[in-house]
Amino acid sequence: MSFGLSRIEFTEGPATREAFGEALAEAGTDQRVVVIDGDVNNSTYTNHFKNKYPERFFNAGIAESNMIGIASGLSATGKIPVVSSFSTFLLSNAFDQIRMSVAFPNQNVKLVGTHAGISIGEDGPSQMAIEDIALACALPGFTVVVPADAPSAKAATKALIERPGPAFMRCGRPKVPILYDDPSEFHIGKANTLRDGDDVTIIANGIMVAMALDAAEGLKEEGIEARVLDMHTVKPVDADAIEKAAHETKGIVVAEEHLCHGGLGSVVALVTAERSPTRMAFVDVGDTYATSGTADELLEQYGLTPDAILDAARRVLKD
Amino acid sequence: MPQARTEDRAKLEELTRQIRHDIVTSTTKAGSGHPSTSLSMVEIVTTLYFGGVLRYDTENPRDPDRDRFILSKGHGAPGLYAVLAAAGYFPREDLMTLRRLGSPLEGHPNMNRLAGVEASTGSLGQGFSIAIGHALGLKLDRKDARVYVMIGDGESEQGQIWEAAMHAGNHGLDNLTLIIDRNGYQQTAAVKEIQPLDPLEDKLRAFGLEVKTIDGHSLDEVAEAFDWARKVEGKAQAIVANTIKGKGVSLLEKDPGSWHGKPIPPDEEAKALEEIGASV
Repeated sequence: MSFGLSRIEFTEGPATREAFGEALAEAGTDQRVVVIDGDVNNSTYTNHFKNKYPERFFNAGIAESNMIGIASGLSATGKIPVVSSFSTFLLSNAFDQIRMSVAFPNQNVKLVGTHAGISIGEDGPSQMAIEDIALACALPGFTVVVPADAPSAKAATKALIERPGPAFMRCGRPKVPILYDDPSEFHIGKANTLRDGDDVTIIANGIMVAMALDAAEGLKEEGIEARVLDMHTVKPVDADAIEKAAHETKGIVVAEEHLCHGGLGSVVALVTAERSPTRMAFVDVGDTYATSGTADELLEQYGLTPDAILDAARRVLKD
Repeated sequence: MPQARTEDRAKLEELTRQIRHDIVTSTTKAGSGHPSTSLSMVEIVTTLYFGGVLRYDTENPRDPDRDRFILSKGHGAPGLYAVLAAAGYFPREDLMTLRRLGSPLEGHPNMNRLAGVEASTGSLGQGFSIAIGHALGLKLDRKDARVYVMIGDGESEQGQIWEAAMHAGNHGLDNLTLIIDRNGYQQTAAVKEIQPLDPLEDKLRAFGLEVKTIDGHSLDEVAEAFDWARKVEGKAQAIVANTIKGKGVSLLEKDPGSWHGKPIPPDEEAKALEEIGASV
């Protein structure tokens, strides 16, 4: 695969939320699948499911806590409830309900949060889920997935519905470049090596994967061969791939559209600290809330760019 | 199809005494727990499990056709456990393992460790929504099973209760009965001193529920209320059961604001059990 994008333009390719909506409608052939919406189905694209299977679609209104409880009860009757809303409202607003009514009783509920990260742009920080991965990963038994593009979002939707147990999938608002020709390459808990190299490893998920590939092209021009891992599953994380990268390359850069605490960076560091300590650098939103602006402006301002990844790789390789 | 158990009046009365006895002994043995919260719900759960209401099968606790009882006020666990033991879900002597390491009788109900527990509760406000999920799932599957959920009046301060009331009221869930164990007290004081609920019935009606108020310690009124609830068509029902926190034990009844989450001290236990008067 070759990218060589000088700057990621989020203008091409379907958004991961669109792919989720399509995959969900396809998954509706399984009668057990039911959908609970927080009255944002035309933004999360669960309206595709609603149109095909109205009897199994419940718009619970603007009441996230109640939505989660309803999903828990439906799960107890053998259904596979998919609850979808904007990621920040789903995870932050209803966190205790997710903990108590889903995670603790290990209910088969799938949470899909869309409009995650700062790339939602103009709506501003109140709408930006940048703590959601930390919250979801804190829950025992949860599977946590952040797909990088539409084909993998589609594959992830199907895989999560088939996989018993509670799960959270994070989708984005903007269009993202298509990285995978073949969605069968997607397996929960298994990182995808999108580019091999033995100097440095870049581990990324979500929209940062395309940027990582771009940064790797830039590093190549400097004679540095970067390995790029799409770590779409944050939990259970592919610890073997991380350990291998720590052994075989000189350091690891982790890139994610999330706060610096509790996200992919923390998860990867936990693995390296125990199995194979190595030089690391982190590209993320930091420890701050963002502002309004266009997605491109915000990504630039908060340092989520191929250049920022490139700089981080240089830091890791220094000395 | 699971069957409801229907005991005669004398047996029902004896079961209320047995359940009260077990609430007291299990919490006193544990040295912690919420006996007063459990004692206020005894006639209601006894009628549910033995008064011809709930259809269940202890041999097949997850029978998809069963009726459900969800205890949303999870700190009433000793009361739930006592009635589940009486129903035969597990041996009665296991009640004395309440809250001990390794026992499935945890401080608050854990549905994955104890048969008969329909929802893991203990963070207040959530069971009503879970009950709605059950009710919707049963309707999707065209089952005639019913869902009963008990909340406390203190618990009714939670916003999620009113999200759930709005949903149940708006969506015609006539297979769902909400029971409010209105014992009047929460942890530190009377509910009316902290966040008065009145007019509670009017509020529930305004949210779209059919409402009936009863004396929650009258076996007759409780039984009539469940009969009434089953006959309501097209609407979820709410039974507001006026009860006494600590009912049956004078030590608790005379000062309900001071006994939340406190077991009866061992040196008071014999007197409490004498007042309850169980034959066991």
